[in-house]
Amino acid sequence: MSAVEPTSASVAMRDVEPVPGARKPDPILVAEDIRRRFGGLTAVDVDHLEVQRGVITALIGPNGAGKTTFFNLLTGFDKPDSGRWTFDGTDLMGVPAHKVARHGMVRTFQLTKSLARLSVLENVKLGATGQRGERMFVSLVKPLWKAQEAEIERRAEELLVRFKLDHMRDELASSLSGGQRKLLEMARALMVEPAMVMLDEPMAGVNPALTQSLLGHVKGLREMGMTVMFVEHDMDVVHDISDWVVVMGEGRIIAEGTPDQISANQAVIDAYLGAHHDAPLTVEEERAQLAEAEAAIEAEDARDPEREEGDDA
Amino acid sequence: MDWQQILTVALTTAFGPTAIVFALAAIGLNVHFGYTGLVNFGQVAFLAVGAYTVAMGVVTYGLSFWLCVFLALVTGSILALLLGAPTLRLRADYLAIVTIAAGEIIRLVLRAARFRESTGGAAGIQNFAGDFYSLNPYSPGRRNYTIPGTDVGLTYSANDLWLLTVGWAAVALACLIVYLLMRSPWGRVIKAIREDEEAVRSLGKNVYVYKMQSLALGGVIGAIGGVLFAVARQSVVPDSLGTLLTFFAYVALVLGGAARVLGPVLGAVVFFFLQQLASSTLRQAVSAGHVDFLVANEVGIVVQILVGVGLMALMIFRPQGIIGDKSEVAVSVRR
Repeated sequence: MSAVEPTSASVAMRDVEPVPGARKPDPILVAEDIRRRFGGLTAVDVDHLEVQRGVITALIGPNGAGKTTFFNLLTGFDKPDSGRWTFDGTDLMGVPAHKVARHGMVRTFQLTKSLARLSVLENVKLGATGQRGERMFVSLVKPLWKAQEAEIERRAEELLVRFKLDHMRDELASSLSGGQRKLLEMARALMVEPAMVMLDEPMAGVNPALTQSLLGHVKGLREMGMTVMFVEHDMDVVHDISDWVVVMGEGRIIAEGTPDQISANQAVIDAYLGAHHDAPLTVEEERAQLAEAEAAIEAEDARDPEREEGDDA
Repeated sequence: MDWQQILTVALTTAFGPTAIVFALAAIGLNVHFGYTGLVNFGQVAFLAVGAYTVAMGVVTYGLSFWLCVFLALVTGSILALLLGAPTLRLRADYLAIVTIAAGEIIRLVLRAARFRESTGGAAGIQNFAGDFYSLNPYSPGRRNYTIPGTDVGLTYSANDLWLLTVGWAAVALACLIVYLLMRSPWGRVIKAIREDEEAVRSLGKNVYVYKMQSLALGGVIGAIGGVLFAVARQSVVPDSLGTLLTFFAYVALVLGGAARVLGPVLGAVVFFFLQQLASSTLRQAVSAGHVDFLVANEVGIVVQILVGVGLMALMIFRPQGIIGDKSEVAVSVRR
C-alpha cells in the first residue's frame, strides 16, 4: 500500500486535539450525553462527539463496545434513554428513522439488507426520495410519475455503472455475492442523496479481493463531498482510509485522533488487547484465569445438558 | 358414475358465485401477504364486515342497497385502521395473532343474542338484496352453456348470471387496481417492505403508512367479497363466516401463486373445481356402492381432509403455486 496522501480532509483534522470529545472546526453531527441502557448494562454512554463535515470518520472498538448501538441511536433505529444530537443544525432526538434519512443521514447495515426478490435496478431506484409514484392514489395513473421514474432510472443506472453492477441490473438481488450486496446497499443509499453516509461494517463478510474496491468506493464518497462515518473493527482498514478515528470501549468514547495517533494510543491498545497483553502473567494470575475458565465451562454444561444434541440438529 | 354431470357441476362451481367470493378474498390476501408480507389470518373479518354492512344497512337501518355497498368500502377501511394501528409497528407475528382474534370476535359479537334486534343473532339476516336482483337484465330461466362437441358445460339461473356478471367485473377491477399499483413505485415500496422493512425505513420511507395502506386495500377488496357472499345467498349467518373461510382463501392464493396479479383468481377457480370434482365423484361413488367404507354424510369431511393434504403437498413440492416464479416465491418453506 502506498502511504496515505494528505487530502484536504486530513489537513482539516491536523489541528484538532486528539482527545475524546474534541471540538472540530466544522462539525456536521454533534452528539451530547447520549445514554442507552439494556437492563443493567449501559451499552452507550457518550458525553460528547463531533463529526467533521466532509471527512471519513472511523468508529472502532472491540466487540460489544456499543458501536452499532450508537449507530442505531444516531439514525433513529433505536431510542436513547437520554441525550440530544443535531445533524446539520437540525435536532434529531426522537426523530423516527425514515425522517432521519430524509434529513440527509443515511445508513447501511452490518448484515446487508439487499431486497432479495427485487431486481438490482429496482433496489437502487427504491432509494430515490420524493417519488410522486410512491403515493398510493397517484401511482394508479402512470403519466403522473412516468417522467420522474425515467429520471430516477437514469440516475440509478449511473450509480450501477459506478459500482460495477450494471451487468447485473435485471438480476434479483438474491443472486449477488456478499461483496456485491455491500456495493448495492451503498448505491441504494446514495440514491437518497445524503449529506452523510453511515456505514455499519462495510467490509464485514466481504471477499478480500473486493475489499480494496469497496475501500475505493468509500473514499469516492468523500470526494463527492459527503461525510462518511463507518464502523469497523479491523485496525488496518481504518488506517488506510480514515481521516479521523473515534474509539469506543464499553459504551464510552475512549480516544479520538488521526489513524497514526490512534495506533500509538495506549488506552486503545489496552481496550483491544487487554491491559496485560505485553506483560507476562504471574503464576497466580494464570491459575486464577484457568480456574475461572473451567468454572465457566462447567456452569455452561450444567445449564444446558442437551446442547450437543441441539447443535447436531 | 355420471361423469358428464360431475364435470358440469365442477365447472359450474369453479366459475360460480362462491369462487368469485374466494377470488376476491384471496386477491385481498395477496396484497397483504403476497406483496407486503403482512400475515393476515383473519381475512374473514373483512368479509364479515362487508356482508353485515349491507345486510344490516338495508334491513336494520333501512338504507339503500347501493349506499350500503359504498359503506362496506368505508367499514372495511375502518376495520383495517383498527387492526393495523396497534400491530403494524410490531413484528409480523402480532398482526397474525390480532387478525385471528378479530375474525372470531366479530363472528361471536354478530351471533350474540344480546344484539339480535340489529344483527339477527345466530339466525342472521335475510332478503336484503332485492334492489340488486331487480336490476337483473337477463330474462328468467336456466341457461346451459356446453363445451362444443360434449354435454359438459356450465349451467346457471338468471339471477346467478347477473351476480356472475357483476362479480367477475369486480374481480377484474380488483385485479386491474392491483396490477396498476404493483407496477408503480408504490408497489416497489410495498414489495421492498416484504423483503426487509428496516432497509426501506433507512431509505426515508414511512413503512407504517405503507403497511396501513396495504392492509386497508386488501381489506376493502375482502369486504367487497363479503358483500357478494351475502348477496349471492340473500342471507348472512355468522357461523358461515368462520376461520375456515380465511384458510380456503389462503389455499386459493398459494395454489394460484402468491405475488402474481392473477394467481389468486386462478387459484380460486382451480380450487373450487377440484373440490367440487372430488366431492361429486365421492358422493356418486358412495351412492353407487363403489366405496363401502364411507357413508354419504362423511364425504364432506373426507374432501376437507383432501384439501388439507393437498395444501401440504403444494407447500412442499410447488410453493410458488401454478403461475408463481420459483426464484421469487413469496412462500418460502425450504431454506
